[in-house]
Parts: sequence; C-alpha cells; structure tokens
Amino acid sequence: MAAAHTVAPSAPSSVSLGPAVALSCRECGERVPLGPVFACASCFGPLETAYRFPDEDPQALRRRIEAGPASIWRYAPLLPVPADVADRPNLNPGFTKLVRAGNLARELGVTGGLFIKDDSGNPTHSFKDRVVAIAVEAARAFGFTTLSCSSTGNLAGAVGAAAARAGLRSCVFIPHDLEAGKVVMAAVYGGDLVGIEGSYDDVNRFCSELIGDPLGEGWGFVNVNLRPYYAEGSKTLAYEICEQLGWQLPDQIVVPIASGSQLTKIDKGLRELIALGLVEDRPYRIFGAQAEGCSPVSRAFKDGHDVVRPVRPDTIAKSLAIGNPADGPYVLDIARRTGGAVEDVTDPEITDAIRLLARTEGIFAETAGGVTVGVTRKLIAFGQLDPSLTTVVLNTGDGLKTLDAVAGGPTVVIRPSLEAFRAVEL
Amino acid sequence: MSVTVKIPTPLRALTKGEDAVQAQGATVAEVIADLERRYPGFADRVLDGKGVRRFVNIYIGEDDIRFLDGLKSATPDGATLAIIPAVAGG
Repeated sequence: MAAAHTVAPSAPSSVSLGPAVALSCRECGERVPLGPVFACASCFGPLETAYRFPDEDPQALRRRIEAGPASIWRYAPLLPVPADVADRPNLNPGFTKLVRAGNLARELGVTGGLFIKDDSGNPTHSFKDRVVAIAVEAARAFGFTTLSCSSTGNLAGAVGAAAARAGLRSCVFIPHDLEAGKVVMAAVYGGDLVGIEGSYDDVNRFCSELIGDPLGEGWGFVNVNLRPYYAEGSKTLAYEICEQLGWQLPDQIVVPIASGSQLTKIDKGLRELIALGLVEDRPYRIFGAQAEGCSPVSRAFKDGHDVVRPVRPDTIAKSLAIGNPADGPYVLDIARRTGGAVEDVTDPEITDAIRLLARTEGIFAETAGGVTVGVTRKLIAFGQLDPSLTTVVLNTGDGLKTLDAVAGGPTVVIRPSLEAFRAVEL
Repeated sequence: MSVTVKIPTPLRALTKGEDAVQAQGATVAEVIADLERRYPGFADRVLDGKGVRRFVNIYIGEDDIRFLDGLKSATPDGATLAIIPAVAGG
C-alpha cells in the first residue's frame, strides 16, 4: 500500500539519513521508505524509524562515541542523521549535566544514588532542542524550506532557534494563552508565531489539517510529518544517562509525560544500548509523571486500562498539557513491562517540588521538572519507587520559562543600612 | 442527514483523491457505513473490533466524538465531520 507522503518541494527519490533504512508502523509493522510521513496508510498507527546499525565491536563503538563532540552528535551512528551532521549549521544540543543530587536524596530518603538529568542546559533551555535538531536534518533531506510545529511553548522556541541557525524559514503555532516567557522566546528568533484560540490539542488538530491542505505544502512540521525522525532525538537522553553513569543502565528513571513520546523513546534508546552490547542487560524500571490536571495516562494506569481516555487539560504544567496523548498506550505498556508506574501530582505539589529542587540542588526547574520531582517523592512515599536503587529524574526545562508558577520575591525590603538589616533578624 | 466529511491524506486513495466528500447518516456510525458502501474498505481503515482505531480521531465540528457519544454521536444536517490521524507533539 502506498504511504501517505506529504508534498516536499524538491524531495529526492532516496535520502541518506545514516543508519535509518525505513519507517515501520508501530502497530502493524508495515514498512515504507524514508519520507515525510507519520501515519501508517493501513492502520493509522505511528511510523517510527527503523535502523540497520553498524556491526561493530561494542568497545570500539564506545570509544568512537566517547571521542565524538560534546553534543547529541556523538551518537550520530545511532540516529537518523547524515554522518557529517556535526559539520552542518545546527544548534548542537545535548550532553547536558547529570547532577548527583545528594541533598535532594537525603530529603527524600533515597540511599541508592539520585541524579537529575538537567536538560535546562540546552541551547533554548529545554529538551526540545534534541528532537528539533534531528528534525532539521530530516527537513533538509526532504527539501523543506519552512520549519513548523504545534507547540505548548518549549518546542516553538526550539524550532525558531534551530530554523534561524539552519537558514530555514519558521512558522509555528501555539495556544494563545501560553506563559509570557515562552511566547517571547518563540518570537525572538524572527520567524512567524501564530496564536490559536484553543488548547494544545486544538492547535495539534489544526496543524494536522494544514498538512493535508495546499497551504501547508512544502512545510516540515517537526512533530507531525517529520515526527518519526524528530521523536528519535529523545533517545539521546537514554544514551547520555547511561554513558554518564559509566555505561550503566539506571535502575529507575522518572520521565514526564505530555504526548508520551519522550518516555517511549527513552525506553527504545535503553533497549538499543543493550542490543548493541554497550551496556549490560539487566532490568530497569520506567516511571511516568503527569500533572493531576492533565493525567489521562496516570488515570488509565491506575484503572488498569490499556486505552487512554482524552481529557481537557487544566494545570500550570502547560508543557505537559496534552489531553489526548498519542503515545499514551505505549507508555502504559512500558510502565507495566518494566515494573514501573505512572503517577500524578497536584499544581501545589508541583510548585512545592520546584522549590524543593531549587532549595536542595540549586536547579530551577520549569513546571515539568516540578512534576517529575513531585511524582518521585510520591512514588517513594507509596513504596512504588525503591529508594535503595539508582534513580534518575528528568528535568526537561528551565524555571525561567514558567516564572508565573512560582510566585516569589524578596524575603524583606529594607533601607541600604546595616541598622535596617540588623533589625530584620534574618 | 447530509454531512461533509474531511478525508485525511492516508484515506484519499479510497476517495479518488478527494479531500472532502458528502455522506448521509444521523450518527457517526451511520456516516461511516455510508462511506463504506461507496468506498469499500473505508470502515476497516477507521474502525477495529473495539470501535474507532486508537490512532484515529473523529471530530464533529470542533468536538472530539470521544467527548460526545462516540460512534453513536449525532451528526446534524450540514455538520462537518473530520477524520484526523492522532499525532504526538509538545
């Protein structure tokens, strides 16, 4: 059956994206050639990149990776990108810090080693730079000249910046009521920014329709028609965590859930490392974290369902406010398969967790980071997360993007005198 | 009831390239049955044994039928029904 390719202005008949050899439907397994297509023509299931990886001695591959650039491109042999990707204009994200969080561990009673994978250190201060960097290479390969997306905010900024660096036009779509910081970041790079009256799910639907319309011809939507490539960027979180742990799998990892794509790709990345012999094959557990005001996956997990019923989001964690998460069913499968869980926290618990992480480790997380830290605390309290094991918690964005979520100011305002300072008795 | 149905790219091979077609039916299920009569194989692409395939979203106007009455949702005369593949984002 023919694949449902969208129109690219100068798409070559065959493309070279490193080890990527085809797209494969995650539902029915049907394979189609590499192209700007995201849904299986037979069953509408999501297409994902299939690879033929190098048959290389694991020790040699490790050395090759370790000798690579301090960015996601060190893992180019495992990504759908050209071999010379590091030489092209790109934001070169990744290789962010894995912070040993000893103070937070003491606070939470974790004895087995607690780490924060702090992706606020990326060029536009969220993990989205990873996925967009891959999408830029796919856009180039398929001849797109406009980069676009539907976004809850972080992605809009990442697309704007990446397009600017790559010399592409950008036009991105966001819900009209996002946090001011994210809107400014999305607009500053000079591309077009369109606010849509509606939720993220409305924006996503709009973009899906735009792709099938002549208005959208020649546009590469990073998270729609380039999604099979874009999503692979999240695998690099798994690669980095393992390399930074000394080529070891973490025992437990806590991942935020918006669409669920990131969690499924982290699992894919861990399994690839095992299959390639880069890490020892042993059990790991993946936990998903949502905000209570948008917790369709958590609800399905707790109810024992394998279908996710969409919700209308209402939470301060806007970067996770996807009420109809496309990868939700896969998240449920992975959490159950690995012995993990999916849990949610309230908005007050999110802000409390943001402050906890800031106070203990000096890391100011955006609301999504408050969700993962808050859920970690809850999972420990419920006995679902083992505090004696090595645990990695993801912080996917910078707190400066969601300042409204954490109201705060000076402890006190005084005159510039020692007398006044002495009087407040701090 | 006559409704307009927006056809997503993967299904346009069945509708001879048309991106929107007219269909009859008082409910979503009846509309899909009408489309199946005219475009054999249509229903199987959109539905599985449990109902609407999990990576397919169907909207009546602005409303996802999962928030309405599913396949039993009423399709008023003149309504627009959109069939859209689910995609992730963020």
